[in-house]
Amino acid sequence: MTDTRATEMGAAEAGAIVRPVEKPVEEYALRLGDDALLLSHRLSEWLTRAPDLEEEVALANIALDLLGQARYLLSLAGQSTAQNEDVLAFRRSDREYRNALIVELANGDFAHTIVRLLFFSTYQRALYRSLAHSADANLAAFAGKALSEVAYHVEYAAGWVVRLGDGTEESHDRAAAAVAELWPYTAELFAADDLVNALATEGIAADPAVLHAEWSEQIEAVLAQATLGVEPTGVWRPGGGRSGLHTEALSYLLAEMQSVHRAHPGAAW
Amino acid sequence: MPYITLGDLGVVGAVRVDEDARSVHVELTPTYLGCPATEVIQQDVKAALLDAGWRSVAIEMRFDPPWTPERITQQGRAKLAAEGIAPPTGHARSKGAESAPVFVTLGRPPAEVRCPHCGAAQTDLLSAFGPAPCQELRRCPSCREPFPAIKRTR
Repeated sequence: MTDTRATEMGAAEAGAIVRPVEKPVEEYALRLGDDALLLSHRLSEWLTRAPDLEEEVALANIALDLLGQARYLLSLAGQSTAQNEDVLAFRRSDREYRNALIVELANGDFAHTIVRLLFFSTYQRALYRSLAHSADANLAAFAGKALSEVAYHVEYAAGWVVRLGDGTEESHDRAAAAVAELWPYTAELFAADDLVNALATEGIAADPAVLHAEWSEQIEAVLAQATLGVEPTGVWRPGGGRSGLHTEALSYLLAEMQSVHRAHPGAAW
Repeated sequence: MPYITLGDLGVVGAVRVDEDARSVHVELTPTYLGCPATEVIQQDVKAALLDAGWRSVAIEMRFDPPWTPERITQQGRAKLAAEGIAPPTGHARSKGAESAPVFVTLGRPPAEVRCPHCGAAQTDLLSAFGPAPCQELRRCPSCREPFPAIKRTR
């Protein structure tokens, strides 16, 4: 490699073990950044496969917005340990990822992607609306910016969920199947633990219970309009993503997403 | 978009200059967080200032206050329209008037985006997502031309 930047980075990064982030607010940023990064990747998998050109462009744009969010959040997460966004994105193993499971699940049909986007972006909008007033200045400035972008994601997803649910028998059944499959995974987005509770008390993190109430109200309204029912909250609530316990779907995703970086550590172009 | 300057686009924020040290500090604000042009913009600004003889150039990316289409100058709007991109409707923030009133739209903003080709006042939204993160895709029912338009900030 003749690029000096690449050589320097490569030497520093090659073989280096990724260190856990240090501060609670960094762990929080890591969770949110991992959510954004992985859903961005799942959406980007639709490139050349979307039902039509407008949807292709829309999904790619949303993926790009989420990637922008991930880059900022992962940069925040790596501040104390001096690890940049690329180190955190490309050199961590599945056990070191802190995303909620819903974003890592493999893509299904278009309805699955749209219902997941509705569930997740509605959560993100409530989250960022709250974080725009965070006691952490970085998070607050970021959330205020991201909020206006996420509003478009919610509108796009909600518009499609209504069209699919209130469309043909086929589109209704597919949307209903996606709601049934994904609903249990939404619980993890609003799960509280010691980290979130402590940060919420300090006014840094959003209160999950408040987010859940706002989310439920908005989701119920969209699903009703889409002639899709709300799923009863069952006993099965998959979780574990925030502590590094994931489905095998994440391992396959990371294997692909990280392959170039691992083959050419620190390459720049 | 080589036809519009970063200043016209409203991407350049505060600029602090230290004449003695020949150093300059520039605040830039990205239109969208994931805008792929962000890094090129940073590199270009830095290169242009170094070329202009500044010894030390610091670029700071800021989101607060966030970029909005209102930051595009009147001149910038004319340049966009000339290139077939419908500029945002409403008022441009006048230069240096940071405290100028900000227009707030409640609910769904009206879809009155003028066709940059034939000037028709009413055009249809094709998709809220267009060729760049800051643009949407519209179509003119009068001249039948599709065109990109600068998105409003929600």
